Amino acid sequence: MKITSPKVSRRSLLRGSAAAAAASLAHARQVSAQNAPEESAFEAWIDLRLTVNGQAHALTVEPRVTLLDALRERMQLTGTKKGCNRGECGACTVLMDGRRVNSCLVLAASAEGRKITTIEGLADGDTPHPVQRAFAEADAFQCGFCTSGQIMSAMACIEEGHTGSPEEIREWMSGNLCRCSAYPQITAAVAAAAEELG
Amino acid sequence: MRDFSYARAGSRAEALDLGQADDAAFLAGGTELINWMRIGINAPARVIDLARVEGLDAVEEIEGGVRIGALARLNDVAQNPLIAEGYPVLSHAILRAASAQIRNLATIGGNPVQRVRCPYFRANEGAPCNKREPGSGCAALNGIHDRHAIFGWTEDCVAVHPADPPVALAALDAVIVTDHPEGGRLIPVREFHVLPSQNPAWHDVLRAGELIVGIELPAPAPRSAYLKIRERESYEYATVSAAAALEMDGGVIRRARVALGSVAMRPWRLVAAEARLAGLAPDAPEVADAIDASFAEARPLSGTEWKVRLARNAARRVIELAAEA
Ligand SMILES: Cc1cc2nc3c(=O)[nH]c(=O)nc-3n(C[C@H](O)[C@H](O)[C@H](O)COP(=O)(O)OP(=O)(O)OC[C@H]3O[C@@H](n4cnc5c(N)ncnc54)[C@H](O)[C@@H]3O)c2cc1C
Ligand code: SF4
Ligand code: FES
Ligand code: FES
Repeated sequence: MKITSPKVSRRSLLRGSAAAAAASLAHARQVSAQNAPEESAFEAWIDLRLTVNGQAHALTVEPRVTLLDALRERMQLTGTKKGCNRGECGACTVLMDGRRVNSCLVLAASAEGRKITTIEGLADGDTPHPVQRAFAEADAFQCGFCTSGQIMSAMACIEEGHTGSPEEIREWMSGNLCRCSAYPQITAAVAAAAEELG
Repeated sequence: MRDFSYARAGSRAEALDLGQADDAAFLAGGTELINWMRIGINAPARVIDLARVEGLDAVEEIEGGVRIGALARLNDVAQNPLIAEGYPVLSHAILRAASAQIRNLATIGGNPVQRVRCPYFRANEGAPCNKREPGSGCAALNGIHDRHAIFGWTEDCVAVHPADPPVALAALDAVIVTDHPEGGRLIPVREFHVLPSQNPAWHDVLRAGELIVGIELPAPAPRSAYLKIRERESYEYATVSAAAALEMDGGVIRRARVALGSVAMRPWRLVAAEARLAGLAPDAPEVADAIDASFAEARPLSGTEWKVRLARNAARRVIELAAEA
């Protein structure tokens, strides 16, 4: 690559990218990327397999589709909420291979083959999961918009063992904002659920 | 977000190969890149997903230190015993960054590549910003800049680099290891970010297609600490942060390495202070004078004068914290 001042080149390269993007739409499935090392390596549509709450899903998405949008708009799993769509609020928290992540910061394409758990996957039939029950019993929400993210984050927080004190719970739950400010009740719910699940 | 085409790299060699495509960006944790593409800071035609690259996520002992694979997730680095026990300054810096779920995605290699949080740089609409549009000017210079630089700025850019881990890595004299089809490099973390006097439009020295493969830490620094001062206790960028790594002779400092974060476009080592700290007890009154030696070059903006005192006190406190570690 004949690049002397890399960042400047990157920027000037960016200007050419509108044409490239248009070309990629024209070719629909496969982009024959100009100067790409392997002609077929870059794809404009991605075939995906995701396991969500134990159920296998197959779908085809544009690369820019996030895991959050795939869950909500392609699988109709609208329990996972979109708050900020910037990684800042935690409303979109799901478990990916058992670890909590912000689904608005994950491309659906990157989640290929992963096991996803959303709020819809917690209850056992009509019986809520102990963490769900703890939130209800502690009155840990008002409007409820942040709650599915809080509960998914709490699932992981408990599993990780970060529930030794109210301070520790608050620190490890800080990635979930609550505009209704139900924080004391959320902390109490996480502590109660941690104790029950012990 | 403008669409792009997408490829998964399965190996380091494949990542380097794909990285030669025109207008391509590496995607690691995605916690910065995906937001840039949303805001319009960046609109690559091609994205290379590094998540499946094998063998770049280990934390392992090497001769004289530890190597951290670039793709190791922040939480895994901070909670690895080699880091938590040998380099508490790094573990603490990581655990005070972002949130638990972001740290499950964000990688240690992607973290130093994050860009400034200056509100003009992050705006959806174009304010003059030399980092967004080279040559357009700097709206912050005479605008909102109360979170901006006190060291090393020019009128072309007064932003600070916001990341926490690189401040710890700078105090540890860590080295970023890269690979590139034309040859890899060893880049000291202290020289990774670009000051505006070097080039106001750039953030770091990475070349197009250059892959960070790991970060190497020299000898363990068990007596080390990180202090992050911020407007709320958790999940917030630093107003000022401070990292210290000490070597002690009994109750006296033999060698001190101290770096400040969020005060300049790169982690700011207090070189003049470090020379004067040798021979002092960590809580001696002379420590304040030693630190002042490094503040002779402080040049606050009208809005950042308040950060000078904060930074000076943070440096002093982090030295005491490191001595207690
Ligand atoms: C809400 C929020 C709060 C945050 N708070 C903090 C905070 O308090 N402190 C802090 O330090 N950070 C904070 N961050 C930033 C976060 O830590 C970074 O976004 C993250 O570390 C970037 O890593 P990534 O793997 O997600 O990078 P990506 O988003 O995948 O990539 C970022 C850039 O790095 C490049 N890149 C990534 N990996 C490589 C590689 N191996 N080789 C070459 N180039 C590479 C990409 O091409 C891209 O240009 C916060 C982020 C968010 C969203
Ligand atoms: S301080 Fe830097 S990032 Fe902010 S507006 Fe000025 S040039 Fe842009
Ligand atoms: S919607 Fe994902 S963090 Fe806010
Ligand atoms: S309950 Fe309303 S935002 Fe949390």
